[in-house]
Amino acid sequence: MSTYPENFRYTKEHEWAHLEGGVATIGITHHAQAELGDIVFVDLPKVGTKLEKGHSLGSVESVKAVSDIYSPLSGEVIEINEGLASAPEQINHDPHGAAWLVKLRVTGDDEIKKLMAASEYQEYVGAES
Amino acid sequence: MRYLPKSDSERHEMLAACGIESLEDLFAHLPKEAQLGRPLDMAPGISEYEIIDFFKARADYNATAYASFLGAGVYRHYRPVLIDTIVSRGEFLTSYTPYQAEISQGTLTAIFEFQTMICQLTGMDVANASMYDGSTAVPEAAMMAVRITGKSKVLVSRVVHPEYREVLRTYAKHQGIPVEEFGYNAASGQIDLEDLESKLDGDTAAVIVQSPNFFGVVENARAAADLAHKRGALLIFVFTEAVSLGILEPPYEADIVAGELQSFAISPSYGGPFAGIIAAKEKYIRQLPGRLVGETVDARGNRAFCLTLSTREQHIRREKATSNICTNQALIALMATVFMTIYGKAGLRELAEQNLAKAHYLSSKIKPRFSGPFFNEFVAATNGTGPDALNQKLLEKKIIGGLPLAKFYPELGNAVVLCATEMTARTHMDTLAEAMSIQ
Amino acid sequence: MIRKVRSHITQNEALIFEESSPGKSGYQLPPLDVPAVDAAAALGKQNVRDEIDGFPEISEVETIRHFTRLSTWNYAIDLGLYPLGSCTMKYNPRVNEFVARLDGLAWAHPYQPESLSQGALQVIADLEAAMLEITGMDAVTLQPAAGAHGEFTGILLVRALLECRGNPRKRILVPDSAHGTNPATAAMAGYAVQNIKSNEQGLMDVEALASVVDEDVAALMVTNPNTLGVFEENIVHCAQILHDKGAMVYMDGANMNALVGLARPGDFGVDVMHLNLHKTFSTPHGGGGPGGGPVAVKKWLEPFLPIPRLARKNDAWHLDYDRPRSIGRVRAFYGNFGVLVRALAYILAHGGNGLRNATLDALLNANYIRHKLAPYFDLPYTSPNMHEVVFSDERQAKRGVKTGDVAKRLIDYGFHPYTVSFPTIVHGAIMIEPTETESLRELDAFIESMISIAKEIEADPKMVLGAPYDTRTNRVDEVAAARRPVVRWKPERPASKAAD
Repeated sequence: MSTYPENFRYTKEHEWAHLEGGVATIGITHHAQAELGDIVFVDLPKVGTKLEKGHSLGSVESVKAVSDIYSPLSGEVIEINEGLASAPEQINHDPHGAAWLVKLRVTGDDEIKKLMAASEYQEYVGAES
Repeated sequence: MRYLPKSDSERHEMLAACGIESLEDLFAHLPKEAQLGRPLDMAPGISEYEIIDFFKARADYNATAYASFLGAGVYRHYRPVLIDTIVSRGEFLTSYTPYQAEISQGTLTAIFEFQTMICQLTGMDVANASMYDGSTAVPEAAMMAVRITGKSKVLVSRVVHPEYREVLRTYAKHQGIPVEEFGYNAASGQIDLEDLESKLDGDTAAVIVQSPNFFGVVENARAAADLAHKRGALLIFVFTEAVSLGILEPPYEADIVAGELQSFAISPSYGGPFAGIIAAKEKYIRQLPGRLVGETVDARGNRAFCLTLSTREQHIRREKATSNICTNQALIALMATVFMTIYGKAGLRELAEQNLAKAHYLSSKIKPRFSGPFFNEFVAATNGTGPDALNQKLLEKKIIGGLPLAKFYPELGNAVVLCATEMTARTHMDTLAEAMSIQ
Repeated sequence: MIRKVRSHITQNEALIFEESSPGKSGYQLPPLDVPAVDAAAALGKQNVRDEIDGFPEISEVETIRHFTRLSTWNYAIDLGLYPLGSCTMKYNPRVNEFVARLDGLAWAHPYQPESLSQGALQVIADLEAAMLEITGMDAVTLQPAAGAHGEFTGILLVRALLECRGNPRKRILVPDSAHGTNPATAAMAGYAVQNIKSNEQGLMDVEALASVVDEDVAALMVTNPNTLGVFEENIVHCAQILHDKGAMVYMDGANMNALVGLARPGDFGVDVMHLNLHKTFSTPHGGGGPGGGPVAVKKWLEPFLPIPRLARKNDAWHLDYDRPRSIGRVRAFYGNFGVLVRALAYILAHGGNGLRNATLDALLNANYIRHKLAPYFDLPYTSPNMHEVVFSDERQAKRGVKTGDVAKRLIDYGFHPYTVSFPTIVHGAIMIEPTETESLRELDAFIESMISIAKEIEADPKMVLGAPYDTRTNRVDEVAAARRPVVRWKPERPASKAAD
């Protein structure tokens, strides 16, 4: 089963990153959205925010829980997914596609290698649950 | 004991079912050094009849049958009989916070109506389910402004209720929120716009003004808002006399409104319980503290209400919550809701007009100290022997005079703030005016 | 046959705004005895508002029917057992309501002269004395408006004392079983929060505590009995550990109903605590307030209590504002006085022995429920419980039914649910606090209902998942409410100015 795209990298906190030409697209994983349940709100940083790997970039909320999102990579926010403000449920429907959260121009280029590959992540969430 | 619905034989039956010998065994596991080991040093329990006597004695020991010109944040308004009839219903009185929406639709619907009426009254888009009181709503509004703007400083008018300002300082002190005051115009009694402008800077999160202010004067809130907005600060509009909103232009220019609803059928009750409100522009909804009721549907598709946006609150977000506030003042807010319903559109206006008329009759006999327009309160100077001697003399005539201002405003040491509501009789105003003129 | 309390009358009732129509009214003011005033002339034209768009226009009889109908959609203590854990939903005696409305108390203005307020001040003095005897503390302020407000006051007191000693310190320790207000309060008072894990018995771990207490710790915030209803048996030792490092012990008094007359926080090492008058002392919850959150302290914290303080001078009570070390004001005036009156009436009705007997009945009721339900529900912590008992849904979850579902089914049996999913250290918590004011008959009806639900889950879990069935409103769509919040009514046709 390949729920998790092979060309993405993953964190233990259930974020994914997809690096293309110095720009990383960031989102939360299918596993994360399933654990949270129906997402009702997303709080994203402003464009231009400089983020360090592992620091909070925002949060997603269900009715009874708030979950911080930690940036998988260091970099500067160059775009946020504006559509999520009015349709946060997209995260439940398409967490690895249409419901990406932010795009970062990455600064530390080796960081991506330290994240998990799809198979490792698959194993990790299998073990966790 | 009449509140304990068990016979001794039932207690024994229950103990036996638990395999326990005596009631004492229920706490025998507590460490010995923690156990009290003696009876509480308190009188034995008394009957209902004796309880009533006890409190009647204390009630009679207080002022009764006095006419009063006290306002200053707590106002004497008539309380329609229906208010207590409704809030005494056990379903409202003895229910918990409406977390279980299926069996709490009564409270939830009433709060939704309350939130709507507060929006209509204040000109704001959203209002929460109520706060402890006006004085604690103000620092909560200030904290909200700090979160929204990312700035830290709060500027508060010196004519905001002095006790509200004290509470603001207590709250702000340990949250890195400097509180600075700006003054009032000695002639009009309104805020000093120049002083405000000179103190506004790029780090100002909010400007706080009250209208009618502590002197009873209607503020120029729009000018304050313009100055605040120019520097990227929010305007927090405070009110203590809710009846004034029956006639005064609502603060459309404000970003956040924090107020006290005591005037809406909530008895003065020596200072509480009252109900505060926070209302705001729509875009700040997620920064509101406290409980909020929202409309939705149930599984059958019928309209229903539930507590919503709970992730702002302490029970979920813990140390990152918008506030530690947990309780609102649901029953007191219900009093205000019933009050607003009974008076309604025409009644609140007429009530406000009566207050305006009474206070202006009084001002035709006693000259106001300030020139700014006022609603049902104004400041007046006393002559000769000063406010305390005057008030002492009035007590002999069964009149409680105005609040002496010396304690809060030393520069107005000979002045009092006088309040007249729809319950203030003309004869008492004449007596007061005479006493003040011959002083 | 299960005995049920049923209250769900299903009359339709629109919102008050939808019932309104122009020209109806429910008020009449007496004629003015002074000349009318032209508002625009008195206030300035720009200061006078237009009519309040959408405000109610409705008659008196419709008003009373509207709110009476709404009331029938609520559950209440007056209808039956209300077993919310840590909420202490006990009977609210009606004489308390009566005395709080006596003219001399209800119409007392907070600024009326002290000479005319001696009765009100005497009420405050009487309640202060009762609180001190019950808690074993040295001084108390009755000003905080609720429990969380009391917590905030209490932690500010700790901060003030430590500052006075030269260093306010940085951290507050909070056990993982604590109420959410505790960490939120610590943050509001400018402290970082450090969570302390509970041990296998669900108690504070003395060694774990000792290992984190250092000179940066300002206080431990502890609920005792804790949220499992278990008395922290090592509390004296824990307090010693904190005191040795110059830190304070704050007690959240939410569960004081388990201790009144049996044990006093002032005797087991607590420096500062709050009480919930709307829990332990029976003042009505009123659908979520008002409350009362007195804060009691040991003498070293007394100088910092909020102003004003009640004091005695020339044989009379007065309010003392000359308190240079005070943390300042925490609210206007002197607290929720009307709530204080009710709490004092409750204490007078019981007296010293009566309060102790009430506590014993509260313990008995919780233990009775524990013994009767233990065969059907998992009990994750087996330490002796006091006034409440916490089961888990472990057995039911295997059939796909969680604590929240059991709670909803309980509604069909005519009871309010217990506390769901709290404390967070119990997965799928079922937290039950019956209080002392439940009869054996009512307890048995509740127990039978819980057992019946446990059996239904074995037989037909799917049916249980659809509950409640008997209510006017069934499960509400909280997700839709949160995604697109509608928090006020608006007319179908947009009104003019005020609507936007």
